Amino acid sequence: MAAHGEADQLGTTSDSDQGELNETDAPGKSEDAILFASDDFDNLTYEGLAEEAQKPVQKGTIHAIVRQSSNDVDSRSNTPNNIDHDSSEVSAGEESVEETAEQAQITPRADNTEVPDTVDASRIEIEEEDAYNPEWKNQKKHVFILSASGKPIYSRHGKEDKLVTIMGVMQALVSFVQDAKDQLRSIVAGQHKFVFLVRDHLILVGVTRGMDSTQQMLLQLMYVYNQVISVLTHSSLNKIFKQRRNYDLRRLLTGAEKFFDNLLNLMDTEPGLLLTAVRCLPLDSSVREIIAQSIVQNAKLKDLVFALIIVKNQLVTLVRMKKYYLHPMDLHLIINLVNASESFKDAESWTPICLPKFDASGFVQAHVSYLDNDCEVCLLLLSVDRDSFFILSEAKDKIKARLIRYNALQAINASIKRTSYSTQQCGIPDLRHFLYKARSTAQYTSPELEAPYTEPAEQERLFGMYLYLHHRIHTSGRPLKILFHVGEYETLLGWVTQGFELYAVFGPLITKTSAIHAVNKLLRWIKREEDRLFILNSVTF
Amino acid sequence: MTSPEENMKSIEAKVVVLGSQGVGKTSVVIRYVGGMFSKAVSPTIGASFFTYKMTLDGYRVKLQVWDTAGQERFRSMAPMYYRKANAAMLVYDITSLESFYDIKDWVKELRKNVDTPIAMCLLGNKSDLDSGRKVSTAEAAEYAASIEALFFETSALKNLGIEDAFLQVSKQLLKMYETYPNSGMGLLSSPQESTDIFSHTTQNVKLPSRTDSEKPPSQGGSNCGC
Repeated sequence: MAAHGEADQLGTTSDSDQGELNETDAPGKSEDAILFASDDFDNLTYEGLAEEAQKPVQKGTIHAIVRQSSNDVDSRSNTPNNIDHDSSEVSAGEESVEETAEQAQITPRADNTEVPDTVDASRIEIEEEDAYNPEWKNQKKHVFILSASGKPIYSRHGKEDKLVTIMGVMQALVSFVQDAKDQLRSIVAGQHKFVFLVRDHLILVGVTRGMDSTQQMLLQLMYVYNQVISVLTHSSLNKIFKQRRNYDLRRLLTGAEKFFDNLLNLMDTEPGLLLTAVRCLPLDSSVREIIAQSIVQNAKLKDLVFALIIVKNQLVTLVRMKKYYLHPMDLHLIINLVNASESFKDAESWTPICLPKFDASGFVQAHVSYLDNDCEVCLLLLSVDRDSFFILSEAKDKIKARLIRYNALQAINASIKRTSYSTQQCGIPDLRHFLYKARSTAQYTSPELEAPYTEPAEQERLFGMYLYLHHRIHTSGRPLKILFHVGEYETLLGWVTQGFELYAVFGPLITKTSAIHAVNKLLRWIKREEDRLFILNSVTF
Repeated sequence: MTSPEENMKSIEAKVVVLGSQGVGKTSVVIRYVGGMFSKAVSPTIGASFFTYKMTLDGYRVKLQVWDTAGQERFRSMAPMYYRKANAAMLVYDITSLESFYDIKDWVKELRKNVDTPIAMCLLGNKSDLDSGRKVSTAEAAEYAASIEALFFETSALKNLGIEDAFLQVSKQLLKMYETYPNSGMGLLSSPQESTDIFSHTTQNVKLPSRTDSEKPPSQGGSNCGC
């Protein structure tokens, strides 16, 4: 309520002095954030990365939770830094069995299983490499993963085993520059940008002729790298390559290609990844409270770290263990997992997932289930106890029952059907679309895509404008606070303060004064709606 | 309805489905539990959990079926599912020799890591693709005999052999239960024990939504002849 009064007050002041941007209190601001507030983009430079590479990865979190919560810290697992932090760490006990089996996985299998046929095939068909295929060449954005020794691991377009030559060239470029004690960052050739990221035995390469800046490409490569970690854990990845430098990682990533594909598609359409922020499903805060309470009351279990509900790439609610925050990049990996996996729709599932920002060295176990028959409302319970499936399954039944009893599931479904909101609702005539990120909560909001952005090509163009605006504002050499850009078909206004980032798209004829006026009005509208558009209270177990 | 059921002993058994990727583990399970076949089954992530209830030889049998992912990267998770399993369905694809050889690794792994009795059943799936067959029935049957496993060729597409396979496995589980009822090896939990598992939370032991309203398995008690 206090928020409303404040907004109105600010409203009157800004109306009086038209033509000036008002650094209001950022709508959607909260001291009690559910997510780890991150400005990863600004920190994402090669210098920063080099520094980060020196630092140990985030690890030991899972171990700490397991140790804390198990009353009988068993002495067998008191060697936190020895061999593997991965799956066996997830459970506090019974490691002996796991370890042996794990060895079976991690230890690269005998040579005969090394996918020899594909290597032969590529040798024979070297003339038909995808790289000569015009369709392949015309793709707007390529992303490749290869091992430090040049073995193809993944390609967004084409078959990676038909790209051995080009991947060999990439590896040669990287190692040539490395030999000179230097680091290859990017190459710009005509319309194309080639961006390189070398991390832990992996080389990631992004090639774009779109609007993405080098730094934006680097962010995308970081996501892809995190996706690799999410599937394998940092510990296994290192262990594998320490044992065999030329290991064919595709073996362990079979079936995970769709996560990369899906993630890259999300990155081209979903601004949240660029903003390292998450969009929430609009809901009355009272309904959201009921949902969160349903989870707290029925899933207060000692090893449960995060419980969240996701609908159509949007967050409905998140309940977390008191000491731990979920990083938006990790949340995007979770969203990607749900988004890319049809198999969760068949039955309750129990799957390991590594959240690199939370703990890169081990898996948490995810209980994944859909709460409605249309398979849209997805509940995830993330636990560090790998034997807790049945307990979580029962908790899920109770959560579901309570959500039905309080009509919360109905409210979620209604919100899905209603779609988000139209730009018109903001009551600003010349405003076509916008992105607004509340920095303290790592959440963003934006209206539905409407005319003229209904066709995919137009949507891509819009996204390209946001990339441009974002890039101009965040250029590490010369960051801007405000940018007013008059383009051919639209006028753009970008504005970044301590509290928020706003990117707005107007019709081409708007004047600077009215754009500023409009933006002030928009902020007031968002402030009024903030309880519905953002999650402002963090609920903990 | 209640009185005869109350007299019946209930047992719960954990069944784990193992095998290489793409051999049709999920299709087999969905055919059995859900009674249908979908052409577009997507690869399992981690493991999916299904339950199936039947009455058999005077027992109420609840099968907890863990349908595991065949992908290599989930290999390290498998112990979690087979560790306390009472039965293992080992699925291969009759058109893939490699998937058949992989079974041997699974058997080796089970032998090494599971010290409780476990009923094994070898399933040669995709029997409808006989023209592309690479694994002969005789060879598979011989192998199954050598590891003392049941053996069936199945087709999730044509619904062949699957019900029979699960039925025979269930019978073997009953036999195991009768032979070692108190072995404490987590073989089959008696009703009290199963209550224990859930007692943390509440009295609601049975999943409320899927109780006996589920269609009774057609083969219910009719086949007790063998």
